[in-house]
Amino acid sequence: MNATHYDRLIYDLSVKGRRGTMLGKNRFDDAFSSLPGNLMRGEAPALPEADEPTVVRHYTNLSMGNFGVDTGFYPLGSCTMKYNPKINEEIASMPSFNRLHPMQPADTVQGALKAYHDLQTALSEIGGMAEFTLNPYAGAHGELTGLMVIRAYHMSRGDMARTKVIVPDSAHGTNPASAAVAGLKVVEVKSLADGTVDVDALRSLLDGSVAAVMLTNPNTLGLFERSIPEIAEMVHDCGALLYYDGANLNPMLGVARPGDMGFDVMHINLHKTFSTPHGGGGPGSGPVGVRAGLEQFLPNPHVVKVEEGGETKYRVENRDGSLGRISSFLGNFTVELKALAYILTLGREGLALAGPLATLAANYIKESLKDDYLLPIEGLCKHEFVFDGLKDKSTGVTTLDVAKRLLDYGYHAPTIYFPLLFHESLMIEPTETESLETLDGFIGVMRTIAREARENPDIVKTAPHNTPIGRPDDTVAALNPKLKYC
Amino acid sequence: MLERCGVERLEDFYADVPASLRLGREYDLPDSMSEDEVRAYFENLASRNTPMVCFAGAGFYDHYAPAAVSYILSRSEFLTAYTPYQPEISQGTLRYIFEFQTMMCTLTGLDVSNASMYDSSTALAEAMMMSVAHARKRTRVLVSATVNPASREVMATYALYHGIRLDTIPEKEGVTDLEAMRAMLADGDVAGVVIASQNFYGILEDLTGVADSVHSSKALLVLTAPASSLAVIRTPGEWGADIAAGEAQSLGMPLGFGGPGLGYMCCTQALLRKLPGRIVGETADASGRKAYVLTLQAREQHIRRDKATSNICSNQGLMSLYAAVYLSLMGPEGMAEANRLGCDGAHALAKGLCETGLFEMKYPGAPYLNEFALKCRDAESLDRFMELCVSGNILPGVRLDGETLLVAVTERRTLAEIDLVINKAVLASGSGINTKES
Repeated sequence: MNATHYDRLIYDLSVKGRRGTMLGKNRFDDAFSSLPGNLMRGEAPALPEADEPTVVRHYTNLSMGNFGVDTGFYPLGSCTMKYNPKINEEIASMPSFNRLHPMQPADTVQGALKAYHDLQTALSEIGGMAEFTLNPYAGAHGELTGLMVIRAYHMSRGDMARTKVIVPDSAHGTNPASAAVAGLKVVEVKSLADGTVDVDALRSLLDGSVAAVMLTNPNTLGLFERSIPEIAEMVHDCGALLYYDGANLNPMLGVARPGDMGFDVMHINLHKTFSTPHGGGGPGSGPVGVRAGLEQFLPNPHVVKVEEGGETKYRVENRDGSLGRISSFLGNFTVELKALAYILTLGREGLALAGPLATLAANYIKESLKDDYLLPIEGLCKHEFVFDGLKDKSTGVTTLDVAKRLLDYGYHAPTIYFPLLFHESLMIEPTETESLETLDGFIGVMRTIAREARENPDIVKTAPHNTPIGRPDDTVAALNPKLKYC
Repeated sequence: MLERCGVERLEDFYADVPASLRLGREYDLPDSMSEDEVRAYFENLASRNTPMVCFAGAGFYDHYAPAAVSYILSRSEFLTAYTPYQPEISQGTLRYIFEFQTMMCTLTGLDVSNASMYDSSTALAEAMMMSVAHARKRTRVLVSATVNPASREVMATYALYHGIRLDTIPEKEGVTDLEAMRAMLADGDVAGVVIASQNFYGILEDLTGVADSVHSSKALLVLTAPASSLAVIRTPGEWGADIAAGEAQSLGMPLGFGGPGLGYMCCTQALLRKLPGRIVGETADASGRKAYVLTLQAREQHIRRDKATSNICSNQGLMSLYAAVYLSLMGPEGMAEANRLGCDGAHALAKGLCETGLFEMKYPGAPYLNEFALKCRDAESLDRFMELCVSGNILPGVRLDGETLLVAVTERRTLAEIDLVINKAVLASGSGINTKES
């Protein structure tokens, strides 16, 4: 991070007539000028005009105002900000993958289709599912796809009355939003004081109008839902399906599989559990898996493995009974390659260790900080946990202040004010890729901030001080939106 | 570490997981691999792929991006950051999205842009749902038969589950049948109309009067075209569209076997609060320094939950950076030149292929930029032509049915490559000699 404020936009650097690239000479007869004038633009677009060094310097300077996993520790709860191995990037940019057109004949893309199929197979094993589609582009897109699978299943049985989805009040906002896009009504079920599902409350909501129940396990507080076998039985008894939001899959690697817990449909975030970079918000990938009996409903197209004349071949096909198509082609393919590279690198032993080590790191931080920060739920957590702000509430220092002060010390902030179960939620997820030294460094700084809150609260309340900008005014941004350069 | 946690072994962390749910065995997965082994594994897979001289389009195009684009994209500060929730340490991401929004507004001729969508198909599905949300009571959307079929399939999927009636406006000679559209609009129950200004067959549709017809029925007009073409063709804004949505992969992005690409979505100021996805706005910090933030979040899922405009919570962040850097390097002149090259090359190829006698234009006389549909003499000849091309590592286009081939030409395609394709057509036409007439 560069603490100096670089405040230019590429448009500020634009000079009429400059350009950043040269194209080859046009050796064809002119056809362009004969296109009908009424079908063409009135004037050229107002794009920046800049030479290559100017463009490169500008974006390099912009990058220095950013913080990534490669910059420092990123304990953002529920986002699983693990290190992104560099070999994955090299593989994803191999020309023999990167230059394939999505509509090439299958015989000319056998390697790509095999990679898709290999990843689909590996995820099925890891999720305990019968089959995966890699087509969804993101976690929320996976949720939507999974809910469409569930609706397609009910519709195929002529069961049109199932119009509701039950989600816990602690669920990610995407759960209810995805349900609404899938045309389902959302019913919230309250959590118990410890954040787990209130099984009795859930039971009272289950009837013939319920299409699905969406859960994460472990839940948003990092607690394993012990009642999951009972919940699965109840849900199945009422004819609904159980959906697994894979946002919190990481700690379960090597320990237990959603399919074995009784989940029927799940999505996985490759950009969380399988180490593909978040890219400032995307491209991600949200593969969806289903238990046996639901494969036919997965979105088209599918990649299948077939034997042809004694040879193993991969083909792309559409299936009858599918919920339909949800993507232009086969999803974010080069992201899928990165996840496959990660799985192959770790192998069965490495993957099985990832979950327990992520859990160890989370518990280590929790136990180290619980004297200074309020731990609303005692006991062991999984990959993440939530503090309800500072323990000493007399200082007036909020979770937002602590988060901003962390930026001063060179750490990304944890997730704040989520889940909504506590007023001052501070949700920490370290992942398994951080060293003990990094964890101790973070713990030290968190303790320092707690001390500052007691001794010099103003420095925390007015943080950050060492970042390129201070806290921006969100209200002005929303009241009088300026959304482009002019 | 274990001691501080009060446990003896890693397994103790999972004491709460009932034994019946535990995996209790190793994963059925390969052994771990060294980095070199992983590389070899993928090199082996890669050797089973054949990158081709690409005349295929149908939504994904083989444009060239200057080396500086991927160089910038590989910067870890961009690549390994999350969604910019902490603006004080995310000004890089927020600023390039703001630039991207500005660029998409000028390309589409509309007022506001979001921070990007997954792809064209999902962007069009979102536009469809946005039209219905805007119309409140009306739930019917029309889509032209000349819109990319994959996108129409995705729209149909979303429509089915979201409770939208999606009807297709028929095509007539390769373009939207506007008379049919007006008849459908007359029913008075239409919330939105989706048309491609550069359509699936590459034809530039004349949409004169369309916006008036659509608006007089109180529906919204959604237009789509490849982002790259928008640098030269009449913009959605100029046609009077309310929403523009489509694919921006044509802004130099790798083909990548279909992903990631980049969806774009822009709209008029009046529709701003119905726009799905992330939006970045400009503001200031307490000391008056210019600052950028995610804004208008009251539309979004983490605040509005099931009442949100969409379930979208991410975007294609890094790909919008790709678009911004690409467009900055190309500038208006570079974009005009690339389009002119593709257009001139496409017309040269179309002329050459038709002169072989093997092909004729499927829609003769229809204006097109860089993509066109050909009708082959018969299916067997097209089989032969495809085979000859593919065995020479040329992908001559996308076959739409037995006799129809959709061909795209970008600025990357050389005169020599075009001549080669024409020669394959001569060979396939059966005469074995060049019958090209002068």
